[in-house]
Amino acid sequence: MTVGGWRPGRVLEALPATPSARILRLEVPGWPGSTAGQHVDIRLTAEDGYQAVRSYSLGSYGPGDTIELAVDEIPEGEVSPYLVEDVLPGDELEVKGPLGGYFVWRPGGEGPVQLIAGGSGIVPLMAMVRAATDAGAAASVRLLYSVRTASDAIYRDELGQLAGDGGVGLTWRYTRAAPDGWTDPVGRLDEDALRAATWEPSQEPIVYVCGPTGFVEHVADALVGLGHEPARIRTERFGGA
Amino acid sequence: MAVVSRGFGARRRESDPRLPPGQYLTEDFPVLSAGPTPRIEQDDWRFGIRTEGGDAVSWTWDEFMALPIEDVDTDIHCVTRWSKLGTSWRGVSLDTLLDTVETDAEFAMAHSYGGYTTNVPMEDLLGGKAWVAFEFEGEPLDPEHGGPARLLVPHLYFWKSAKWVRGLTLMQDDEPGFWEQNGYNMHGDPWTEERYW
Repeated sequence: MTVGGWRPGRVLEALPATPSARILRLEVPGWPGSTAGQHVDIRLTAEDGYQAVRSYSLGSYGPGDTIELAVDEIPEGEVSPYLVEDVLPGDELEVKGPLGGYFVWRPGGEGPVQLIAGGSGIVPLMAMVRAATDAGAAASVRLLYSVRTASDAIYRDELGQLAGDGGVGLTWRYTRAAPDGWTDPVGRLDEDALRAATWEPSQEPIVYVCGPTGFVEHVADALVGLGHEPARIRTERFGGA
Repeated sequence: MAVVSRGFGARRRESDPRLPPGQYLTEDFPVLSAGPTPRIEQDDWRFGIRTEGGDAVSWTWDEFMALPIEDVDTDIHCVTRWSKLGTSWRGVSLDTLLDTVETDAEFAMAHSYGGYTTNVPMEDLLGGKAWVAFEFEGEPLDPEHGGPARLLVPHLYFWKSAKWVRGLTLMQDDEPGFWEQNGYNMHGDPWTEERYW
């Protein structure tokens, strides 16, 4: 399937997700659908014709004309502050995609799936959680989500619901401060925490890791150290401006 | 007429004629990899070339360091839309390396430690356009940026500059490498935005 050109999109909803992030739902007529884990390019055009393009992961998957992004604001950024602070329902932008054919999950695969997110790295993994839940495969999926504090967790409420009876296995890791009553250690993910919250290497999970570069490097190295086959660890890093 | 995004543009960045279309400047050096970072010791490192006729040549790290080394100052452009201007590298030209073999191949597949592959036409590797680089900004290349050594083909999108490179296989016909099988363009010229399928 070829990507094709830019499609006009319209903002349907802009919902606060954390103090620095918003979930955007966009209507994109003719959208060809996407596989869980894919991303899009978003193009913004100013009145005078100036343009900027950035890539964002999709929290949504599947068919239909509505797609969902969750955008975390980069303070010195050019595009993310507009999407997090300024954009309103009814505003227009352009979308190209879906993009990326490797960091994706499709139903039908055998064996367990391990998802590990740092911060806004949850977005493509959220698409996988939703896809696995809808496919009746939630019991084979575990998610380890590292956030600074509970209020920094995008999709916190929905994850809580999807992780209920028979749902995906969900483990939180707080790196700065935990909610009241939290008894697990607080701080950067270490080998003990990874071992406790993830499928064992002997079960041969496919592991998806997404987050800032430092987080992904650290987690992927630790997973290899625990005995996971590097070829079964798929990573998506973001960083830069 | 493109769609106009209401109120967009207040925080715009300076444009620069060195930026290809659809790119933005970054001062960082973002990392994009499909998996964990391989850790390859210099003593274990080899770089080899295999021709379409089956002839093979390879270098150890010490043999490689004895080849003519060039300084390269260049801009780099990632398909994820960042560009970094004025980077400095040291490495061995592909002209030097490919001069050691007899070939009429028109394409090469770069192979990396860790299993990554990417295809590049020979005409993009020859003529002072490509290197195997082992130093970045005066320092040994970090593993997360492809050390001990990576391909450097800076006039193409940076996924063509295979990290942890261990060799080239030369081919008569073009074949897709890793990202080229996963949605990205066979060639990857940033100035004509050869990004995706």
